[in-house]
Amino acid sequence: MKYVEEFRDERAVRVLADALRRSITRPWTIMEICGGQTHSIVRFGIDELLPPEITLVHGPGCPVCVTPIELIDKALAIASKPNVTFCSFGDMLRVPGSHGDLFSVKARGADVRIVYSPLDALALARKMPDREVVFFAVGFETTAPANAMAVYQAKQQNVRNFSLLVSHVLVPPAIEAILSAPTNRVQGFLAAGHVCTVMGFYEYEPLAAKYKVPIVVTGFEPVDILEGILLCVKQLEAGRAEVVNQYSRVVVREGNRRAQELIQQVFEVIPRKWRGIGEIPASGLGLRAEYREFDAEHRFQVTSTIVQESRDCISGLILQGLKKPPECPAFAAQCTPEHPLGATMVSSEGACAAYYRYRRQRDNLDLSGAKP
Amino acid sequence: MSEGFQLSCPIPIRDYPNVTLAHGGGGRLMHDLISRMFFAAFGTNAAQSHDGAVLVPPTGARLAFTTDSYVVNPLFFPGGNIGELAVYGTANDLAMCGARACWLSVGFILEEGLPMETLWQVVQAIALAAQKCGAVIVTGDTKVVDRGKGDGVYINTAGIGVIEHDLDIGPAGLQEGDAIIVNGDLGRHGIAIMAQREGLALETEIESDCAPLWPQVCAMLEGGIEVHCLRDLTRGGLSSALNELASASAHRLFVREAEIPVSPGVRAVCELLGFDPLYVACEGRFVAIVKHDHAERAVELLRSAGAPEPRLIGSVQQKGTPEVILRSCIGTNRILDMLSGEQLPRIC
Repeated sequence: MKYVEEFRDERAVRVLADALRRSITRPWTIMEICGGQTHSIVRFGIDELLPPEITLVHGPGCPVCVTPIELIDKALAIASKPNVTFCSFGDMLRVPGSHGDLFSVKARGADVRIVYSPLDALALARKMPDREVVFFAVGFETTAPANAMAVYQAKQQNVRNFSLLVSHVLVPPAIEAILSAPTNRVQGFLAAGHVCTVMGFYEYEPLAAKYKVPIVVTGFEPVDILEGILLCVKQLEAGRAEVVNQYSRVVVREGNRRAQELIQQVFEVIPRKWRGIGEIPASGLGLRAEYREFDAEHRFQVTSTIVQESRDCISGLILQGLKKPPECPAFAAQCTPEHPLGATMVSSEGACAAYYRYRRQRDNLDLSGAKP
Repeated sequence: MSEGFQLSCPIPIRDYPNVTLAHGGGGRLMHDLISRMFFAAFGTNAAQSHDGAVLVPPTGARLAFTTDSYVVNPLFFPGGNIGELAVYGTANDLAMCGARACWLSVGFILEEGLPMETLWQVVQAIALAAQKCGAVIVTGDTKVVDRGKGDGVYINTAGIGVIEHDLDIGPAGLQEGDAIIVNGDLGRHGIAIMAQREGLALETEIESDCAPLWPQVCAMLEGGIEVHCLRDLTRGGLSSALNELASASAHRLFVREAEIPVSPGVRAVCELLGFDPLYVACEGRFVAIVKHDHAERAVELLRSAGAPEPRLIGSVQQKGTPEVILRSCIGTNRILDMLSGEQLPRIC
């Protein structure tokens, strides 16, 4: 398959890993922002190919992981209403709120549906004018244009029974929060390729300059990720801190201007709470006043109480790159995908779930003996 | 869809275009349905029919027995339908014991309002599939539930098969060094159903891999292959099957991702939705664990018996560490785990 196989080529991977070994002279800590990249790194075992000087830490770029539990509770409350058809991307359905998840609400009779696009939810609303159709608009900048388009079209076409439960977050404020924390140990970033497809990478240039960190816009395949790390290490070794674009087959500096305009037209930047991290100023998107009528929180007026997360869960430290999943005493013990204590174990892109799925028995597993 | 039987529906549609509760009520309507539709299609001799069937197995033969229930929405999908699934699924479970399916039961749970024409198509598909497997439908049952309480048709089939060889086929037979073979490309059934159900507009239609497996198993057995274990890849796909075998046999299994066949269409859909084809369901695929120096011949025999893309994908390793190790396409090793739940499409 074109655009996949050549980026999973064993020989190309080896060449990059060798180049990395030759380029590095001292230890560096690099964070990949995006959960999709974390998943690739662990799934393909990319970190096994890295020289020991490199420590990869996993960032907060998993939308399922950082959606606050209060918002999940609101989703459950709205979805439970008898006249509501609640639509969501698939992986939000098993994220636990304080009492159950969307799957359990569905099992109790709620109309909860997996859709592949917010425009599918809008089409449902047109088809079922007697029902309230709500779409759970979760995600980073990547999913924002399609969600903006759904609301824009709903307003244009006067589809009054459609609304969004919005939980949109933004990458640059999260990077800034990590860099400005006194405990920060991240020296370079792999920025999320698909976020930059929409937003470009000009917003990262002031961050690279202010905090003196190299930021490499990186794709998701093994060759992309290794090349991203190599471009980052070369800058670190040379004392440079620039924004470099590894994912140039998809990303341009300006991004997709029309998508950005649409986002701006429909959404405004607001403070958002990140699960495990807390509130970050100007770190999310909410619907503008002109689109308030399409805001499910406004329409349904559901309240939620502040919820205490499990004391044993260190997902906040993991999302900030301060700890790795196996460093958590609860990992693979009290906390498993069947009984997750925190969101990083729930989402397929959460760092804990990725470690659990691909290497939980690593300590007692001698892979060197495994041979074809 | 089934070729062959293309007679018109034997229940006069002008009288009963849809299944009614009375068709499961034990009275004349139910008898009409059974004798005119089911007996006609399944070749049952009404004079000899009872609630139970009397079977005469070959003297001293080992028998295999299995049952499975089939619920699928939509009832008809590219490459198959619920009727074929219900027959092949049960016959395939028997084939995985090394048994040739001989006798089947068919239990229908029909939803009130189901078009009689749809039922007729399902029944014809069952008859044709049983014929292809060389199995006879010897008993059955019909129930009708209220409208809205079923997905049109649910089917349960049970099957009895005869084992005509001396091999002990099962996880206990795994030996270090055995070859792991898969008979074809993975994931077509799961993706075909999902594409239909979710209305995914794909440029190329993906057809289910739904097929009878006995001819392929039989070819290996008759060809003298020392078959140690067989497992069909249904829900949970290759990953679940291998993990079940690893834990039942306490062996480590090793497979190479680069050797595992996946069609370009299935691969593309999986990439788009964030699925891993190793976890997607199949209905006509299996792994065969055979003696290592029989592997090449087993692959040839499978191919000659119609297996779409038989491949040697890995080997059985030492006992004591029940786990599945996958060598990824970039040459690193990792655990191939069993999924916690079902795969869900990712946000981005």
